[in-house]
Amino acid sequence: MTEAREAASRTATRVARESYGKLVAFLAAPGRDVPGAEDALSEAFASALENWPTRGVPDNPEGWLVVAARRRMLDFARRRRGAEAASDALAMIGEELDDAAASEGPIPDRRLALMFACAHPAIDEAIRAPLMLQTILGLDAAAIASAFLVSPAAMGQRLARAKAKIKLAGIPFRIPETDELAERLGAVLEAIYAAFAHGWAEAFADDPRGRNLAEEAVWLGRVVVALSPEEPEALGLLALMLYADSRRAARRDSSGSYVPLSEQNPALWSEVAIAEAEAALRIAGAKRRPGRFQLEAAIQSAHAARRQTGVTDWPSIAALYETLFALTGSPVVAVNRAVAVANAHGAAAGLRLLESAGAAGRLEGYQSFWAARADLQARVGDAGAVDSYRRAIGLESDAATRAFLLRRLSAMEAETSNKSKF
Amino acid sequence: MQYLLMIHGDESAMQQARKEDMQGMLAAYNSYTQAMKDAGVHRAGERLHPSSNATVVRASNGKTSVLNGPYAEIKEQLGGYYVIEAADLDAAIGWAARCPGAQFGAIEVRPIWPM
Repeated sequence: MTEAREAASRTATRVARESYGKLVAFLAAPGRDVPGAEDALSEAFASALENWPTRGVPDNPEGWLVVAARRRMLDFARRRRGAEAASDALAMIGEELDDAAASEGPIPDRRLALMFACAHPAIDEAIRAPLMLQTILGLDAAAIASAFLVSPAAMGQRLARAKAKIKLAGIPFRIPETDELAERLGAVLEAIYAAFAHGWAEAFADDPRGRNLAEEAVWLGRVVVALSPEEPEALGLLALMLYADSRRAARRDSSGSYVPLSEQNPALWSEVAIAEAEAALRIAGAKRRPGRFQLEAAIQSAHAARRQTGVTDWPSIAALYETLFALTGSPVVAVNRAVAVANAHGAAAGLRLLESAGAAGRLEGYQSFWAARADLQARVGDAGAVDSYRRAIGLESDAATRAFLLRRLSAMEAETSNKSKF
Repeated sequence: MQYLLMIHGDESAMQQARKEDMQGMLAAYNSYTQAMKDAGVHRAGERLHPSSNATVVRASNGKTSVLNGPYAEIKEQLGGYYVIEAADLDAAIGWAARCPGAQFGAIEVRPIWPM
């Protein structure tokens, strides 16, 4: 009995992990009813955990869950019958589900269509990534909220509003036509990258759930690549995330202190992740349609090459940032370009670029700008570095990085006071 | 689904428009309305008189008040509307983008609450 219970629970966990988004997308698509599909599916999982230990795990667990969830959705619709539109949609679900259950074949995978709905231009940009994490991966609002620095209650409300809009405004579950595909796919990829970046910031926190948003974002990236293998930017994003992920172990030393990329030991980088990233980037490059994520991945590839060569090819990296900046005009890229130029052609040249990027005033609250400025000022012997370090420290949210910057600051202060003594 | 397309635009610019520009605009609207009808999406649509002809009525706390002028004094006023039948928001956005008014003002797309 206990064994049966464990087997049932293992199967349910595996199906939840691998099929959750597929089942939500399939159940929600006809009526665009994401909350309805989520509620029905969670009840179906609960009844699976009740039924499977006694009756045995079904041959087709996905199909079993879909049939159970569909029954819940029909019950729910019957309870509030009267809305004609709802019954039309449900009739459609019914037909489709009957087909699926009858054929006992695989459930059609509409996760990509669901992602396009989540990243639709009518959906607030800030909620797109959380929406994907919840609908495709089943993360709860609380797990998402902390990474996005909002309260679980506020995150729950925003997610509910976005799902209501998908249904009420008629946002379609569809892969866009060719003429707008690139732009819309860009929004999907941006949202995944936002999830990755938010997860990365807390990648070192002890998460009791054992799930980290950066890993989940890599998973989403793999889903997009699997469902649209012809899109080089999707491959580029996956490669970019894998390169960053490959350095996870090297980002902290044995005492948990932050180690900047230039001081990391390449032997600690994950060879497996780098190999997979290189392969993805190669396939993307062969398609000859460059883009933002491929360029960013190429920059990371150049950093990864230090594993073999022992040196960083800064002139190449600076040139790649130049191209990326011309493409995006992003102030964040401008900061990274300045750092690369400083390493390739001298700190003074980099600092000039950085100051002109900061002149627009858009970088006042951007921590990396102040950290880069402090470093370059210190390298050219500009006493303004002390002030820049203080700004960077004040804006940093990660304790280990803050400690690193504080060490740099005190070294800088010691150096200036020594200079004044002699 | 049904959507309301609300055409917001700068009324003073419209009033100052040259006669031939105005005629061109009307011709564009005629073609646009016809295209919607041919596609079977058109349900209703009207042009409105300028907001200087608007009256706002309230009846709160048992007292009726009648005010001269539009609901909100904003630069871009509601100048007309369409009700369309569209499969989904993307289809509705597609029609909104073709509206001649989108070139000068803004089209607000709102799903209609089915009763």
